[in-house]
Amino acid sequence: MKRIISILIENKSGALARVVGLFHQRGYNIETLNVGPVFDGSYSRMSVTTRGSENDVEQITKQINKIIDVIKVSDLTEGDHHEYEFILIKFKHSEKIQKILKSLNGKIHEKNQDIMVMSAWGSFGEIELAIKAMGKVNILEIARSGSIGLHEGEKVLKI
Amino acid sequence: MKLSGGDLLMRALKDEGVKFIFGYPGGAALHIYDSIFKQKACEHILVRHEQGATHAADGYSRATGKPGVALVTSGPGATNAITGLATAYMDSIPLIVISGQVQSHLIGTDSFQETDMIGISRPIVKHSFIVQNTEDIPRIVQEAFHIATTGRPGPVVIDIPKDKTDPSQLYEYKRAKEISLRSYQPRVLPHPGQIKKACKKILSAERPVIYAGGGVILGNAHKELIALNKILKAPVTNTLMGLGSYPAKDKHFMGMLGMHGTYQANMAMHNADVIIAIGARFDDRITNTPSLFAPNARIVHIDVDPASISKIINADIPIVGQVRESLNALIKEIKRSKIKIDTEALELWNQQVAQWKKKHGLDHELYLKKNKSQMILPQVVVQELYHATNGNAWVTSDVGQHQMFVAQYYHFNKPRRWVNSGGLGTMGFGLPAAMGVKLAYPKDEVVCVTGEGSIQMCIQELSTCLQYNLPIKIININNEALGMVRQWQDMNYGGRYSASTYSDSLPDFVNLARSYGHVGMKVTKQSQLKKTLEKAFAMKDRLVFIDVYVDPNEHVYPMLVSPNGSMKDMWIKKNTKA
Repeated sequence: MKRIISILIENKSGALARVVGLFHQRGYNIETLNVGPVFDGSYSRMSVTTRGSENDVEQITKQINKIIDVIKVSDLTEGDHHEYEFILIKFKHSEKIQKILKSLNGKIHEKNQDIMVMSAWGSFGEIELAIKAMGKVNILEIARSGSIGLHEGEKVLKI
Repeated sequence: MKLSGGDLLMRALKDEGVKFIFGYPGGAALHIYDSIFKQKACEHILVRHEQGATHAADGYSRATGKPGVALVTSGPGATNAITGLATAYMDSIPLIVISGQVQSHLIGTDSFQETDMIGISRPIVKHSFIVQNTEDIPRIVQEAFHIATTGRPGPVVIDIPKDKTDPSQLYEYKRAKEISLRSYQPRVLPHPGQIKKACKKILSAERPVIYAGGGVILGNAHKELIALNKILKAPVTNTLMGLGSYPAKDKHFMGMLGMHGTYQANMAMHNADVIIAIGARFDDRITNTPSLFAPNARIVHIDVDPASISKIINADIPIVGQVRESLNALIKEIKRSKIKIDTEALELWNQQVAQWKKKHGLDHELYLKKNKSQMILPQVVVQELYHATNGNAWVTSDVGQHQMFVAQYYHFNKPRRWVNSGGLGTMGFGLPAAMGVKLAYPKDEVVCVTGEGSIQMCIQELSTCLQYNLPIKIININNEALGMVRQWQDMNYGGRYSASTYSDSLPDFVNLARSYGHVGMKVTKQSQLKKTLEKAFAMKDRLVFIDVYVDPNEHVYPMLVSPNGSMKDMWIKKNTKA
């Protein structure tokens, strides 16, 4: 099952590598990874998506928690949550692609004679479907942010 | 007074109470070595290889409970320290490794003796620091010691670029009153609700077993363990790392469990209805096939590291907490509880264990048996050693058959006396570890039991022993082969000894020891063994290397049957399953 693990981690050199290295070390895969400083910038929020059973994810979160620089860890998929991914796409003019992206909150950032750059966002599933639907023809490049997420309701991950 | 980075480091180490630094100098560490020269609080022990430095610091730590400190230079110095770091990491030993690093502006340029120590050591340290500002050195040292020694202990690396110890750059020394890190709260107290549940489960058990590991020793909880079993009177087994946490002489002690555990310990685990796991981690050398492990047992698991709980074997009642606090809480709860132990059932259970012991238990009196061939059994060496030292020695070992024989036949009654590389299984550990122990306890008998394979992996430290006058005793159980490898080749590979023998090219260990300035003795017949040991131990101020030729065909038994075996499936002697 796909999981989104949110991690608050000290914004220190080498901290990110400790988390990424741990996945490899313990035999788990990272599907997507997003990281950026939040609040005062002294710490970052990471969102990692991975696949595994309940036991696997429990073991991953426990092991991540042991990393000294990690402040908090939460498996968002344990409860209700919001989850989105942002993509940027460069493509040769195509009505079909434009239409697909517009259905995903699409926005045009660049438009000239041959080329368009658009952004879009949606759930991981929506993005996957859109990428499949767009096909390979006319697409020049794609950048994906990786899933980010928050708990629903009152629950927050904060220090 | 303002101090240079090197002086700040030494001052910080002094304030942490460091008595010894095991190290080896080199370019990137030279400023630090100059600071070492100028101070008196810490004695520097010059090893002959950085692996020796880390194992010596590790041995010091295992014996004393205080963190050991090693100092190495950049590049090859740092990479040579890696095996020692991994050894300490696997056994959760507090160890501080300080590595010199090339100057900050050279980092990343493939400069001379540069290696990314932080990157290379990342998976085998509890934490690591690279010094970016000289004035941070005291804080980093404090944090490093705090992290290494609290929670589940482990090794910490401090990587110091050479320019951060520049003698011309001076800074104020500041030491924080206490260390608190928002991302690290190691002190965990057991949940009272879990303690209640555990108490109920334990008191209503009919076939309980206490399975205690290295966490009891690391957590200084051996007295609490004994106190708990004064009430429970349950059979107790120790892991390889836990030996000494429960007195071997106690009538409830079953010996070690697992791969080469005793018959009664493994049978008791398999047939238990409640297993009380304390500071142990159900590793693969214990459980055999996890899905076949203790089919009828409910598991109470106490550990300071939540990641150890339900990792391999699901815990029915997990207790996350320091071992000592958890045991104290449990004892208190048991004393308060109205549930009566089923003494009748327990009596039957203890009788059952005694029967298993009688049936296939270890023979601790092999040394008394008449021996026509005069070929020495390796088990007998350990038994004679036990008697020659009155069971009071600090014993380090290397890795292989000899290690298992010590674990089986040397009865450890006190914690920390048994120093070996359990998790990583590092050959070459024994001699340098013994140096660390001997420095900590110069008046006590320190013995390194080794094999002719392992000893050659760090034999250069014999020179260190001469320089610092460390009169340890080395018992080389010499079967002229990599014994454990050979045993597996006997059992699983049709006796094809692929790369496990070298009998025509072994050194003359007696003369080797002599050339290092020590005493060498050789024993080939059982009739000489006892006398030679007595003679060796009478030489209080000399390192004696006793080369004991043993029967090369001996295997270690019992041995769990694998793959697809449970804990009840054991080889109890050659070609015989229990």
